Amino acid sequence: MSSPGPVVRLAGVDKIFARGDGPVTAALEAIDLEIAAGEFISLIGPSGCGKSTLLRVIGDLTDPSAGDVVVNGKPARRARLDRDYGMVFQAPVLMDWRTVQGNVELPLEVMGWAPARRRERTREMLELVELADFVGHHPYQLSGGMQQRVAIARALAFEPAILLMDEPFGALDEMTRERMNSEVLRIWERTGTTIVFVTHSIPEAVFLSTRVVVMSPRPGRITRIVEVDLPRPRDEPTRESRRYFELITEVREALRAGGGLATELDDPSIASDERTLAEGAVG
Amino acid sequence: MSAAVGGLRGRPLPSAGRRPGWRARVGYYLPAIVVFVGVIALWEYTVGALALKAFILPKPSAIVTALQVNWMSERFALEPSLRATLLEAIVGLALGTIAGVIVAFATSRWVTARSVLLPIAIAANAIPIIAFAPLVNTWFGILAWQSKAIMAAVLVFFPVMANVTRGLVQVEPAAVELMRSYAASEWTILRKVRIPNALPFFFTAMKIATTLSLIGAIVGEYFGGASYVLGRIIVQSASALRFDITWAAILLAAAAGIAFYLATVAVERLVIPWHASLRSSER
Repeated sequence: MSSPGPVVRLAGVDKIFARGDGPVTAALEAIDLEIAAGEFISLIGPSGCGKSTLLRVIGDLTDPSAGDVVVNGKPARRARLDRDYGMVFQAPVLMDWRTVQGNVELPLEVMGWAPARRRERTREMLELVELADFVGHHPYQLSGGMQQRVAIARALAFEPAILLMDEPFGALDEMTRERMNSEVLRIWERTGTTIVFVTHSIPEAVFLSTRVVVMSPRPGRITRIVEVDLPRPRDEPTRESRRYFELITEVREALRAGGGLATELDDPSIASDERTLAEGAVG
Repeated sequence: MSAAVGGLRGRPLPSAGRRPGWRARVGYYLPAIVVFVGVIALWEYTVGALALKAFILPKPSAIVTALQVNWMSERFALEPSLRATLLEAIVGLALGTIAGVIVAFATSRWVTARSVLLPIAIAANAIPIIAFAPLVNTWFGILAWQSKAIMAAVLVFFPVMANVTRGLVQVEPAAVELMRSYAASEWTILRKVRIPNALPFFFTAMKIATTLSLIGAIVGEYFGGASYVLGRIIVQSASALRFDITWAAILLAAAAGIAFYLATVAVERLVIPWHASLRSSER
């Protein structure tokens, strides 16, 4: 990357939601975080801990109530207007009326690329996500995992400095999710893009990240940052390594210490992790 | 649906929009045709068997004869009447649609326009507008075709306005956020997201509006119009107890309504083949 400083720098970020005369919710409180170029950061925490809000603050889709958000050395607003962000949501958010090709071209059209260049880039991106044979298909003809790969191709098409992913695989089944994890790692290693990834799956966060940012709810705060020192490239054996399980335990304990596991059992993935832990303790 | 889901890296799926063969189509419509012909035959037979008087219910064959005899006759000329009524309906349809779309764009774009126009439009729609037909006739000329076109336009306006407004406003919020992350202007979001999203709503409205335009024109004619319009032919032939001609005129009005509807469906297929209601693979 061009600048030696961090790609994202958050300092003292608060976000308060006040709805009319209703209760005031502190979604984020005193968030300090620096993300270096090329990092893969996961934000993990129970529902309501503000991890998606934090992602939206970084991406300038919502304003912080206090604090500084600096992206590539400029305010987040400027970074958004400079098209520094690629966004991937939980739903693929593909346009039904566009083909796969048209969907990947959408940001390039908005940014005024010439048609020939758009086509060329779209072809490259669809090869990257291994959907080159599906250019002429419409979204409804693809499976959920394929749709999400189109969304990733679209987000990377204009080479944004940062890819923001908000529970991108939350709606997929476990097998597809693991395959998509490997896919994202492969793409990340090839493109060198900085990724900020929101999830509430502990294994997913550990498998993917350089660092896992653990958050606690009400108010949303960073309770711990776990460095993930698993060797790369990470693949299926990684999922069975001792260090992988140690790190999963570390993240789980950090969540528990932050009050995440004790208070929030409405989240199925965390609830099931809690059960596993209880069973482990008995055995 | 099952045909639409492929393997994660499977072969390309067969592209959509393949028309079913003519055999399949005949098979699809055959039951409806059989029932229709059966009902007509039963009607013909029953009227003869019960010796019903022609002014109570004429035979289908008598209606067809009346249609032929009066196509260009002096007193109940059906052909010029059909053309006159069609002109009124089509002009009214066009005016009502244009007005409805313009108001829909205004209400979806500006909150002020919404708060001013929507209550008025809803209140106006609650009035049984047909009761105003005599007044509209007086304002725009009782013999003039324009007064009937206005009646048609008034009926067409509301469903078009209401549906197109919904289509422009009911956009996936994530789609708008996605466009914002590309630093897209409101104008670009309108062109690339809102308008395509509104097209299926527009066609739904048009299917209702085409029928309403004929109702508006014919009801306007009931309260007075030139001699050769379908509404006048219906009123006059009925008062002369020539119900075979009344039925012939009704038949023409019905045929016109069906033709309008089919034309809408044909355009819809061309413009939004991607929409869920039109996907051939799901039939």
